[in-house]
Amino acid sequence: MPELDVQPFTEGAVLNRDYIRAAFRSMLRARLLENKLSSLYKAGKIVGGVYLGRGQEAVSACLGAALIQGKDFFAPLIRDQAGRDAFGEPMIDCTRTYLGSVLGPMRGRDGNIHRGRPSLGMPAMISHLGAQVPLIAGMLFAKRLKGELAGVVGATCIGDGATSTGAFHEGVNLAAMEKLPMVVVVANNGFAYSTPNDRQFACRDLVERARGYGIAGHAVDGTDLLACASVIGNAVARAREGHGPQMVVAQLLRLSGHGEHDDGSYVPDTMKAGHYGRDCIEVAMRQLVEHGFATVDELFAWQDETAEEVQRSVAQAQQEPLPDPYTDDWRALSTRLS
Amino acid sequence: MSVTYIDAIREAQAKLLREDPRVFLYGQDIATFGGAFKATKGLAQEFPNRVFDAPISEDAMLGLAVGTAIEGMRPIIEMQFADFSSIAFNQIVNQAATHYYRTGVPVPLTVRLPSGGTPGSGPFHSQSMESIYAHYPGLIVVTPATVSDAYHMLLDSVALDDPVIYCEHKFLYRWLKAKSINGDHLPIGQARIVRPGKHATVVTYSAMVHEAVRAAERLHEDGWEIEVVDLRSVKPLDMDTVLASVARTGRLLAVGEAFPWGGVTAEVVARTVSEGFHLLDAPPQRLNSRDTPVPYHPKLWAAHRPTPESIGEALRRLLSF
Repeated sequence: MPELDVQPFTEGAVLNRDYIRAAFRSMLRARLLENKLSSLYKAGKIVGGVYLGRGQEAVSACLGAALIQGKDFFAPLIRDQAGRDAFGEPMIDCTRTYLGSVLGPMRGRDGNIHRGRPSLGMPAMISHLGAQVPLIAGMLFAKRLKGELAGVVGATCIGDGATSTGAFHEGVNLAAMEKLPMVVVVANNGFAYSTPNDRQFACRDLVERARGYGIAGHAVDGTDLLACASVIGNAVARAREGHGPQMVVAQLLRLSGHGEHDDGSYVPDTMKAGHYGRDCIEVAMRQLVEHGFATVDELFAWQDETAEEVQRSVAQAQQEPLPDPYTDDWRALSTRLS
Repeated sequence: MSVTYIDAIREAQAKLLREDPRVFLYGQDIATFGGAFKATKGLAQEFPNRVFDAPISEDAMLGLAVGTAIEGMRPIIEMQFADFSSIAFNQIVNQAATHYYRTGVPVPLTVRLPSGGTPGSGPFHSQSMESIYAHYPGLIVVTPATVSDAYHMLLDSVALDDPVIYCEHKFLYRWLKAKSINGDHLPIGQARIVRPGKHATVVTYSAMVHEAVRAAERLHEDGWEIEVVDLRSVKPLDMDTVLASVARTGRLLAVGEAFPWGGVTAEVVARTVSEGFHLLDAPPQRLNSRDTPVPYHPKLWAAHRPTPESIGEALRRLLSF
């Protein structure tokens, strides 16, 4: 068995205090916002589905917090509320999109997790999984053509299911061939909707795939904030320094169904009770205090502050205008042709 | 000296590369080799780092194009054959076509599709995809039939801020020649009367324009004057020109090389009936390729697609109604 280019988290790695604190605060904001979105969904107040990132916050937030808005690119996927927040997406973008406000970035034309602001480096996802991988490659390729690529990173976070798509394979291969500074984080939560890993792929571990593409692969425990901060932060730094595409495979468990319409009853209790069934937020809070990154008082203060921010954001979006079919311009093209 | 249709495509790309630093070319075998049909011959040498060989990954090529377009570039993607764009279908119709409507950020990219049949090409190197892409809101679909249009419409496509599917016909590549590229040209979205007439109108596009003109020439020997309209772009579709022509002739035959089910010819007939029923003296007709995959043998292929003979027969039936 050849040695894989895997860099597991090593105890004692030097971690940046501001980065860890920022990542945790985004985890918290995502969790509290999503709890509220879940209640709104159950009360019938949301148009369409609700897709939560419970259990994936550490992975997502560490990726978002390692990127620089205004310089880097981040194509978030379904469970990346924490990463969106860490990258700099205002909370109101989320509540406006879920509640259909015309003032949101998608103006009621697309909903929930499909939002983005491409001109700020955050493309709006489409539902066809894997499709954002070549898109990010393109954004980076444009930077190279303009001579502005130095120090820039493009990242996307996908699930285990998306690694079965052609777009993922084509996109990673192309990025590897073009030697682009792309980071693909795979949040392996064990299930693609309800389909378990053993019906999704036959390789021993998804991180082995990196070798096949000729890129660096890293494995991490996705329920461990400090491990994620180290491994994902390192992968982003390596891409930024010119070491080419990086793949990070994070092992975790989804703590909700695929969406709020799904109770996730197909997830065996043994998995829920296992190591990856633990809640990354609880793990993170213990780690922050134990390692001196934050005090218990600070954690409580952040929770109160965040809960108020969530209330304000939802209240504001709820009183905003909804799209009006009579005044919408109904144009699919920016060009006016005869 | 004469200019072929493919020369015009190459010249347009050279001009774009020369004049617009945002333009780059990405496609399979297009750099050193100059492309499967030589549409990019010499361009990689003249413009190093602007013309790139792509891996056999149409999905990734189009995803890359969308990403670069969002970031302010003007990519021209060459599909080796229009048929292969089915691999990139998702990126074209879901990513590129929906982007402006969803986000307000336009996606200025051009996809060159070497389209249509040539003898011996078979089912996977002969298809006409314009009807499929025209179905989707958010795309512009152009189908140049002349050397000048091949040149000017490629320049116009790249100048537009929206995704353009540029369907170039492989049969026309070297068969069609002009003395020079015409300076005058119509904008995208405007059809052209190729040949005036008064007894019936043929509405068509791309290579079928030339087959229709040949059919019209034969009917002229029998005293019939057939008007031939070249749509030039199938989306937008210039129904004003189509209806004005039908108003003059009272009869319509829509001809296309694509498969018969749905599509551009069906759209032309449907809109003419809806918007110009009062102009018609006969039920409008349409003629497409047969409803089978495109056959390989030239003998079968020649009978699969509309020809001057089959267009002529369809016109005689229409005129005798």
